[in-house]
Amino acid sequence: MNKQDWKIMLVDDEHEFITTLAERLELRGITTRVAFDGESALLAVAEEEPHVMILDVLMPGIKGLEVLERVKRSNPRVQVLLLTGHGSTRDGIEGMRLGAFDYMMKPLNIDTLIEKMESAIDYAAKAANLG
Amino acid sequence: MLRLVELLKHPLRELQSDVDEAVSPARYTMLRRKIIALMMAATLIPLSVMAVLNYYEHQNAMVREIQNPLRVLVNKTKNSFELFLAERSSTVSLIASAYTYAELADENKLARIFAVMRKEFEGFVDLGLIDEHGTQVNYVGPYALRGKNYADQRWFQEVRLKGKYVSDVFMGFRKFPHVIIAVQHMTEDGRTWILRATLDTRQFERIIASMSLEPDADAFLVDTQGTLQTSSNNYGKVLEKLSFPMPPQTYEPAVLTMTDPLGREVFLSYAFFPEADFVLMAVKPRTSALKTWYTVRGDLLFIFVAGVCAVLFAAMRVTDALIRRMKEAEERREMALREVEHSQKLSSIGRLAAGVAHEINNPLAIINEKTGLMKDVLDREGDFPSKGKILLQVESVLRAVERCRGITHRMLGFARRMDVSIEELDLGELITETAGFLSNEAMHRKVDVQLDIDPHLPRIISDRSQLQQVFLNLFNNALAAVADGGLIVALARAEGDSVQVSVRDNGCGMSDETLKHIFEPFFTTKKGTGTGLGLSITYGIIKRLGGEIAVESTQGVGTTLTITLPKGQREALA
Repeated sequence: MNKQDWKIMLVDDEHEFITTLAERLELRGITTRVAFDGESALLAVAEEEPHVMILDVLMPGIKGLEVLERVKRSNPRVQVLLLTGHGSTRDGIEGMRLGAFDYMMKPLNIDTLIEKMESAIDYAAKAANLG
Repeated sequence: MLRLVELLKHPLRELQSDVDEAVSPARYTMLRRKIIALMMAATLIPLSVMAVLNYYEHQNAMVREIQNPLRVLVNKTKNSFELFLAERSSTVSLIASAYTYAELADENKLARIFAVMRKEFEGFVDLGLIDEHGTQVNYVGPYALRGKNYADQRWFQEVRLKGKYVSDVFMGFRKFPHVIIAVQHMTEDGRTWILRATLDTRQFERIIASMSLEPDADAFLVDTQGTLQTSSNNYGKVLEKLSFPMPPQTYEPAVLTMTDPLGREVFLSYAFFPEADFVLMAVKPRTSALKTWYTVRGDLLFIFVAGVCAVLFAAMRVTDALIRRMKEAEERREMALREVEHSQKLSSIGRLAAGVAHEINNPLAIINEKTGLMKDVLDREGDFPSKGKILLQVESVLRAVERCRGITHRMLGFARRMDVSIEELDLGELITETAGFLSNEAMHRKVDVQLDIDPHLPRIISDRSQLQQVFLNLFNNALAAVADGGLIVALARAEGDSVQVSVRDNGCGMSDETLKHIFEPFFTTKKGTGTGLGLSITYGIIKRLGGEIAVESTQGVGTTLTITLPKGQREALA
């Protein structure tokens, strides 16, 4: 799949961060949808299923891990990359246990992020083929 | 004294107040003294009272035990004397009755009678017949006393009056101490004569000798006026005046205690003769009489002293054990408190670090993205004046962000160590690998790093990366402590249910003050170069892995850090 065909959703309550990240990905030819909280993220997923969801763990309202759980329940094919602002691996590991593809820590390295998105999409494709 | 009374009144209150305050060595010393004093008082007071009572009771019993036999002996001997005198006077009386005056006046006959008397009874010296006028008409004996007139002598008057007379001991003209026994006989026709025998008082000495007294004891006969009738060892010769006053007259044999003229404490036992003018006396020095008592007293004293020593020893041992237990409990309590305090400090620092890192990471992420976007845009723009310069600035910001990221991640790393990931691992391999990280520095500084790892070290269940962090810290600290060319020895051994790893260096060592604080966060001796978190993190990790860490250090000699890890997984971590 080409980068242009990737459907990426970014979920974070940090507007500045998430919009800038979206713009940078756009510059690299990756289309993204942005949600600023858990509720709108869940609504957006119900509307159109993304390939990859970049999800911040710590948000007001519905917490990242709950969004993950609910997304994995309703749309198991969505691959979730967790973002965590603090270094507790516990959240990362807990996220992996709930079905997250991987987790990353802020601040991000954009190239690493794109690599991870690519692996997630590859993984999803393989999983779909196997399924 | 008042203090002791107070102490005895409220011993527990006193001790309790001491227990509460007992933290310093001086307090323990004071407490120890008080407990020992209390224990000694509680045991020694009754013991001493008993010993004193026993002592006097025993002494009195002993004195009675000694006085009674002495009294009995004197009485028996007195009886022997009386029997001796009664036998002899009866014999004289019998002869006076059995023979006529004519027979007794016959020289040959009297000689024969005297010979028979002497044969039957010892002690007779002579025998004489005296007519009513006091003239000795017949005499058998060693002296030429026939014809001697006794009419004006006291004994003659007394025998005429009483019919029978036993004299005191006297010298007379025979020149040796003797006693006379005189018996008056009266015929039917009213004629009277007197038969008079003399007794040698050596017989008295024999009776006294038969008492079998000890060498330092003394026995003798005196008359009621205090004139010695037999020689005494200590109080005068025969017929001399007794050198101490006569005791009061009693009808029963008696014993009294007195100081004799030689200055000795003595027991004096005596018996008055009812029929004769004699008193038998026996003197025994108190010291020799009470010799057995003194031995017993010595034994008693020895037992008492041994008892006191045993009580003292036991009190000291028990108190020492008690104090040791208290000290241990106190130390354990203090250590537990310190551990709680330490872990609280650690966890709050962990939380603080996580909070700070999180708060900083979010804005840092924004800076990162914004700057990244600037760079992206610049990269996509064509050349314009100052593009290069702006790009340089942007990249510089990105590098600064990267540095900040490093810092926050290290802080988070510290917080993250609250988490544990468990696996089965080979500790020897882990130590070898970790030591390898430092081999370059060690080689450069010519530090000899020796690994002494038991090849049969069991595999343990623990957290690999955290243990690696621990050993890295230990090796780093050891390297920092040793001088160039120093020595670091890592030793790994199985110890029962656990594995013990010690890292020893021959570096500068630490002072006691430093040792107290080395596991505290932010405590460092590496001025300016250390974070003060190394050993604190190590301590936290080891505790979470269910292990123990101990440090021994001597300034100028070196430091040994010993880690004990359980072989299996700690239940709390499961």
